[in-house]
Amino acid sequence: MVETSYYLVLAAIIFTVGATGVLLRRNALIIFMCIEMMLNSVNLTLIALARQWGNLEGQIFVFMIMAVAAAEVAVGLAILIANVRHRQSINIDEINLLKW
Amino acid sequence: MLELAWLILVFPALGALVNLFVGDRLGERGIHVVASGMVVLSFVVSLGLFFGLAGLDEHHRTATVHLWDWITVGSFHAPAALLIDPLSVTMALVVTGVGALIHIYAGGYMHGEQNFQRFFVYLNFFILAMLVLILSNNFVGMFVGWEGVGLASYLLIGFYFDRHDESYGHYADAGKKAFLVNRIGDFGMLLAVFLIWTSVGSVVFEEVHHGAGALTAGAATAICLLLLLAATGKSAQLPLFVWLPDAMAGPTPVSALIHAATMVTAGIYMVARTHFLWELAPVAGGLAAWVGGLTALMAATIALTQVDLKKILAYSTISQLGYMMLGVGVGAYAFAIFHLVTHAFFKALLFLAAGNVMHGLPGGELDIRKMGNLRAKMPTTFWLFLIGASALAGLPIFSGFFSKDGILLHVANFNIPLYLIGLFTALLTAIYSFRAVFMAFLGEARDQHVHDHAHESPAVMTRPLWVLAFLAVVGGALNLPVLLTMEHYLEAAVGAPAFHPNVTMEFVLLAVSAVVAVAGVGLAYGRYVKGPSTGVGRISGGVARLVSPLELVARNKWYVDEFYAAWIVGPLLGLSVWFNQVVDQGVVDRAVNLVGQVSLSLGGNLRKMHNGLVPTYALSLFCGVVALLLWFVIGG
Amino acid sequence: MDTALLFDNAVVLLPELVLAVGVMVLMMVDIGRRGQNGSQLLAGLSVAILLLGIGASVMIWGRAPVEYLDGAISDGFALSVRLVILIAGVLGVLLSRNWFPAIERQGGAFYSLHLLAVIGMMLMGTATNLIVLFIALEIFSLALYILSGFYRENARSIEAAMKYFLLGAFASTFFVYGCALLYGAGGSSKFTQIHETLATGGGNPSLVLPGIALLLVGFGFKVSLVPFHMWTPDVYQGAPTPVTAFMSVGTKAAAFAGFFRLMMTALPSFHDQWAMPLAILAVLTMTVGNLTALRQSSVKRMLAYSGIAHAGNILIALVAGTAAASSAAAFYLFAYAFMNIGAFTVTIALERQYGNENDVEQSRLAGAAERFPVLAAAMAIFMLSLSGIPPLAGFFGKFLVFKAAVEAGWAWLVVIGVLNSAVSAYYYLRIVVAMYFQQPEQAGDEKEQPFVPASRSSVFVVVVSVLAVVVIGLQPGLWADLLRGLGQ
Repeated sequence: MVETSYYLVLAAIIFTVGATGVLLRRNALIIFMCIEMMLNSVNLTLIALARQWGNLEGQIFVFMIMAVAAAEVAVGLAILIANVRHRQSINIDEINLLKW
Repeated sequence: MLELAWLILVFPALGALVNLFVGDRLGERGIHVVASGMVVLSFVVSLGLFFGLAGLDEHHRTATVHLWDWITVGSFHAPAALLIDPLSVTMALVVTGVGALIHIYAGGYMHGEQNFQRFFVYLNFFILAMLVLILSNNFVGMFVGWEGVGLASYLLIGFYFDRHDESYGHYADAGKKAFLVNRIGDFGMLLAVFLIWTSVGSVVFEEVHHGAGALTAGAATAICLLLLLAATGKSAQLPLFVWLPDAMAGPTPVSALIHAATMVTAGIYMVARTHFLWELAPVAGGLAAWVGGLTALMAATIALTQVDLKKILAYSTISQLGYMMLGVGVGAYAFAIFHLVTHAFFKALLFLAAGNVMHGLPGGELDIRKMGNLRAKMPTTFWLFLIGASALAGLPIFSGFFSKDGILLHVANFNIPLYLIGLFTALLTAIYSFRAVFMAFLGEARDQHVHDHAHESPAVMTRPLWVLAFLAVVGGALNLPVLLTMEHYLEAAVGAPAFHPNVTMEFVLLAVSAVVAVAGVGLAYGRYVKGPSTGVGRISGGVARLVSPLELVARNKWYVDEFYAAWIVGPLLGLSVWFNQVVDQGVVDRAVNLVGQVSLSLGGNLRKMHNGLVPTYALSLFCGVVALLLWFVIGG
Repeated sequence: MDTALLFDNAVVLLPELVLAVGVMVLMMVDIGRRGQNGSQLLAGLSVAILLLGIGASVMIWGRAPVEYLDGAISDGFALSVRLVILIAGVLGVLLSRNWFPAIERQGGAFYSLHLLAVIGMMLMGTATNLIVLFIALEIFSLALYILSGFYRENARSIEAAMKYFLLGAFASTFFVYGCALLYGAGGSSKFTQIHETLATGGGNPSLVLPGIALLLVGFGFKVSLVPFHMWTPDVYQGAPTPVTAFMSVGTKAAAFAGFFRLMMTALPSFHDQWAMPLAILAVLTMTVGNLTALRQSSVKRMLAYSGIAHAGNILIALVAGTAAASSAAAFYLFAYAFMNIGAFTVTIALERQYGNENDVEQSRLAGAAERFPVLAAAMAIFMLSLSGIPPLAGFFGKFLVFKAAVEAGWAWLVVIGVLNSAVSAYYYLRIVVAMYFQQPEQAGDEKEQPFVPASRSSVFVVVVSVLAVVVIGLQPGLWADLLRGLGQ
């Protein structure tokens, strides 16, 4: 059996990659995908820990995260589309009406 | 009688509410009658309290009137209750008595003003807040009044908000300055209350008094230093006095009531009220004495060079408050309160007389260089002002003589250098007060236009002043030397002084003070009546050698405003700009985009290109994540 | 599992259930009247549902705290926070009645999302389990993302939604990662279980501290602590003002409630480790919030920075970490609800006077006291209360929080807090000065504009808020008794 810590480190790496993507990319859709990747790395963490503890709560948590992520996609894409209607672009560098 | 004490608060509250809601239907006369009438009724209640208290046993003259349980949270308890004792009743008599006279006067002074109704609503609100301050039996209640009078003062200083002139700048800014400087003092007050609560376990004066024995010297000193900060804000002492001269932008009755007779003395009252803490903290008391003494000296030097009649009186108020602070600092609480009372009489008189001058001159002229020989045009005002100035200068027989001397007597026992400072300040006081009298009312008219249009004020504006003038003359009888009636009366509230001067020393010092005061008047006479009448504002003759090095500094108000601008206000605003423009909008974002957008960021579009962007915000968030992780993983 | 368990103690969630059923009814009614414009009926229905929710809360008030399925609890703290959120919800619905075209057109969506957000917020205060906590957070966050962008025609509103959504989702990932690590440390998602496991020396203690750090990020974002605050002014400014008003209070109350319960029931044994970084965050938050607010020209942005500073004050209570401190925080939030929503309501009324731009510049306020004396007086009271002038409600919020912190030995933090509130007086006062002590610059054309009366519901909200701010100040003890802290 693979040790839990390997999963945790892998998940941490995926999480960091996702976070880096959020910071560096300018396309709102890709940022959104990076966030999804971060959420999935959390799922991986939870599954690994649930296996270590031998209880179900971590797995239930994962289902909840998936459900929430799905809802987030629905809301997020709707907001993205509404935004595109205003500026024909999903480059977040162009979104700066509100500032100072 | 005592259980009806709550009425004293109800009347001004009622007056403010009636005038606020139906004032526009009452007309000027109705508003004036309601507002003044309510304060007169409060004064009657105060008298009732005085006599009710007099009926009690001499050593137990204190009563608490419980209104309702205000705050009870866990073990923390602050009732809404009034503390009736000689100290609070004395203050209440001054506030409602002088307040009533000034309300009556203001009806004539403010006649025809656009915001007549608003003025009297604020004025009644002030009386209410001031009474809450002096009558509350606990620190939280006192703090409510403390903030309330600050608010009223702010509203009334900014009353002529649309005016603007060379002397005061924008009048609305003067109110803001007063409020903000006072917030620094309030900061000290609030922290002191917290400290008292945690170290004594109560905020009710009587309970703190009984529990004060448990305080360590360090805790008592810390509390008293914070209270001193609060007092320097409210009572315009070094280093927080800067707001009071600007506060003269308000209508003159306001200057008389709030910025001379009552509100500014709240700091002195507060120290006297907490005397049991100060007795445990001699270091803080000594500091208070020095702050008071130096403030008195500094303000008196500035008053010597001012040419605006109200500003002379404003600096004089600061100086006299310095005397009171000196008094409470050396433990002469009863004398400080005595001086507070006499000062309320003669300073209110001086301000209202100055108001008559302003009222009677074209364009509300206040520059004493343009006056001269006003005695011919307004003889009543001249005599009133002369009486006030004599009391201020401390000429024998007048009330200011006895009260000031009482303080100096105790100072002489405490510290000789401080006594000399006080004595020198007394000399300056006599000079500047009679400089104002001589330049404004005697000599020759320097500006014929002003002189031609000058006229005496109506009766409503002179009659209340005669009452004040009477009090300013005979007020000293409240506490004649050796008899010391008022001092004994206050002992039940502020404790007996540790020091009892012998009669010889007392009369020697009285004589010295009298000589100094008369000498000051004589010097002023020599300079401003006999001397050349041009080049006004400078001092020559005998005093010149004494004060000329100070004059440049004094004319510039000791550069305190400049110091604040350079070292306090500037850095604070700078820090704010820095946070706003650099931290929140620039640095983080710039670090990210520097390489790619360095060319774009040049050319004036820097702000536009670098703000409001999601990556900036995300990066800020991420930096927080990294910092927290480092703290917890490495530091933890 | 015995199905009877499902109904045991379900009364804990009665207010949430009432609202959930209410939302469904609301959506049905909306479908039934498809095509009709105007949403008077829906707003009325929402208020009725929220009042029923308040009724349900009152019904279970004072009972011994019980827990429902290891996930939610009905103790005094949960009920207090619920009350604050429900009041904010009712006031939020009322002040949306100001002829906003978008809300009139799509009232069904607006009010259902509003109620859903209220449900999520209430749930956050009762959650005793990481999973419930996370779901509650997401329920109200998702609803608020949409509500922020509810003015679809307004580019700023959409931009606010976009920023709020992207950053909120980003922050949520840290939050949920923190939950995962905490679960790994304690072997359970239940707060008390985590505490027991760790206190008895079991579990993976090495995961606790990184877990706390990541959880702080999620909470810090929601209550807008520096440096997680940068979204706040943009979103507050761009979102429809009724949403901003509701969100500014509800989000803070909910997130702080969850924050308190998690830190004080799952991680009290680590108080020494998390108190100091939170104290530093509190100092940063108060200072940056207040200093930046000094330089704002828009009323809504100023209120946003002021909200950041207030979050810093409330955080002081969490640093103290005592039962008294948590009830002080509940009191603070209660007072804040009225004064802040009141201030936003006046802002809405002024927006209407100045051309419906979903914001008001402070320079436009010049001379407002003469044109709108009642609104100006109310605004002055709210500003004075926000700056902590006694005896108004805001003063006692600060007073109780600071008192609790001094008692817990955080005197230096209180010194900074009191100093900050002295600074804050400046920008609150500037509004009062502008309204009372300044003349409008182009007096001519300002006066020619007709006076637009505020809607009756706005007037109602303003009156209620003014009364509340004054009454809470005159009788703070009563409310401090009513609003309970954790473990009281």
